[in-house]
Amino acid sequence: MTTTEYQKPLPRPTVVSQPFWEAARQHRLVVQECRRCGHRQHYPRPFCVRCLGTELSWRECSGRGTVYAFTVVRQAASAAFAPDIPYVLATVELEEGPRLATNIVGCPPEAVRVGLPVQAVFEDVTPEATLIKFRPAS
Amino acid sequence: MTLRKAAAIAGIGELKPMRQSDGRSALHLMAEAGRLAILDAGMTPGEVDGLLVAPPLQGVPVTFPSIVAEYLGLQPSYCDIVDLGGASGAGQVWRAAAAIQAGMCHTVLCLTGDAQDPQTFYQRGATVWGLPAPEFDRPYGPMGANSGYAMAASRHMALYGTTSRQLAKIAVDQRTNACANPDALFYGKPITVDDVLNSRLVVDPLHLLEIVMPCSGAAAVLVTSPERARQAPHPPVLLLGAGEKVTHAAPYYAPDLTCTGIAAAARQAFTMAGVTPQDIDLVSVYDCYTITVAITLEDAGFCAKGQAGPFVEEHDLTWKGDFPVNTHGGQLSFGQPGLAGGMSHVTEAVRQLRGEAHGRQVKNCELAYVNGNGGVLSEEVSLILARG
Repeated sequence: MTTTEYQKPLPRPTVVSQPFWEAARQHRLVVQECRRCGHRQHYPRPFCVRCLGTELSWRECSGRGTVYAFTVVRQAASAAFAPDIPYVLATVELEEGPRLATNIVGCPPEAVRVGLPVQAVFEDVTPEATLIKFRPAS
Repeated sequence: MTLRKAAAIAGIGELKPMRQSDGRSALHLMAEAGRLAILDAGMTPGEVDGLLVAPPLQGVPVTFPSIVAEYLGLQPSYCDIVDLGGASGAGQVWRAAAAIQAGMCHTVLCLTGDAQDPQTFYQRGATVWGLPAPEFDRPYGPMGANSGYAMAASRHMALYGTTSRQLAKIAVDQRTNACANPDALFYGKPITVDDVLNSRLVVDPLHLLEIVMPCSGAAAVLVTSPERARQAPHPPVLLLGAGEKVTHAAPYYAPDLTCTGIAAAARQAFTMAGVTPQDIDLVSVYDCYTITVAITLEDAGFCAKGQAGPFVEEHDLTWKGDFPVNTHGGQLSFGQPGLAGGMSHVTEAVRQLRGEAHGRQVKNCELAYVNGNGGVLSEEVSLILARG
């Protein structure tokens, strides 16, 4: 093991979430959309949580959203995150509706506000895994 | 159907919170609290025919309720685990009342506790495949509940103009309460608003002194029929109303992070009790962070949405004040022994309603509002308790 190896937790996809992470690897952000009732949801489930329909499609998102809530983490969640301190953990509300957990990057933590327009960026943290983070929209 | 006066709390048992547990297991501590509650009610183990346990945070084995029953020497007719995070204690109380009303049992021991001893400490948050949090949240470095409540606080501040100085007042008044409670972890250590604001920012906008201190301890209440409670040595404390609402698990997926399930839980509890927030003499509500108290005061109807900041500035939240809140010090200053932290709001309400809160007794305390809260404003249980 080298010191440059990625130490932070990585997603372990399930049969349900595999397409989401595969899309992320291709630098696309997708959410599930119900073919019956139109409901959109994140994270992925085996069925629509509004109508229980099982016909779900993957809707490609614009990557645009706004900061719903955020915090500046000043004490590392684990040793692997220590070099990143301080970093911004946020809930971003996508233009398409669903919210997700993420980091706001590409700006000083002080620049982050509730309601800030943001744009998805794709971080290839390992050859197999890409995390979806957000930066202030230009 | 209603649970109004379906049951009463006849006994309480609570260990003084400790930073560590001196080699005692969570089960050991919980059993000690259970023993105290049974004794407090003037009963014997043979008279207890119901048991509700909450999981210690180190994790629980399968069939934990029967393990606790065996350890305590009980053979209950109703035996279960209630896991609503910090709302477990309050959730146990109404479930006990419902079981009693249904005729399944007549006397239920409700038990919570945790041990922080390094020997027994289990590294929580281990990656478990197939659960949402490890897959979708943890790669981004959340700091447990801390970062979740910090997000709620940042949003509350952005929407309503709430300030850190206002939130700090909550921690200060609760510390004043703790200084009247020798059992509190931070007894004898008063703080000021500036102390809070000058303490280290851990997760913006929350400072160290706005964040709960995990510790070891246990708390129990004995719920029984009002008739049996009247035979006990202490004045009975009646359950007048209860309400529960679970809206999400992780904060990212909350329907609304600042307008919470507390509103629905409180509305149900007040309606069942036939009383209003204006009738309440004591507010004893979950306080893992200062923002939790602020949001609870709003959602439960003690002030308008977004007005908790000015409200806590205008009111004295201490035991001798005009709006007593968390007179034991709250978890912020009494300590948070795992899920027993949430039970401490129930035990303190019982002491106050009995008139036995020595040195910090609220005058003419007849009606208490209790709220238990789990996760990140995820699980909510409201209770209305009354002097019997």
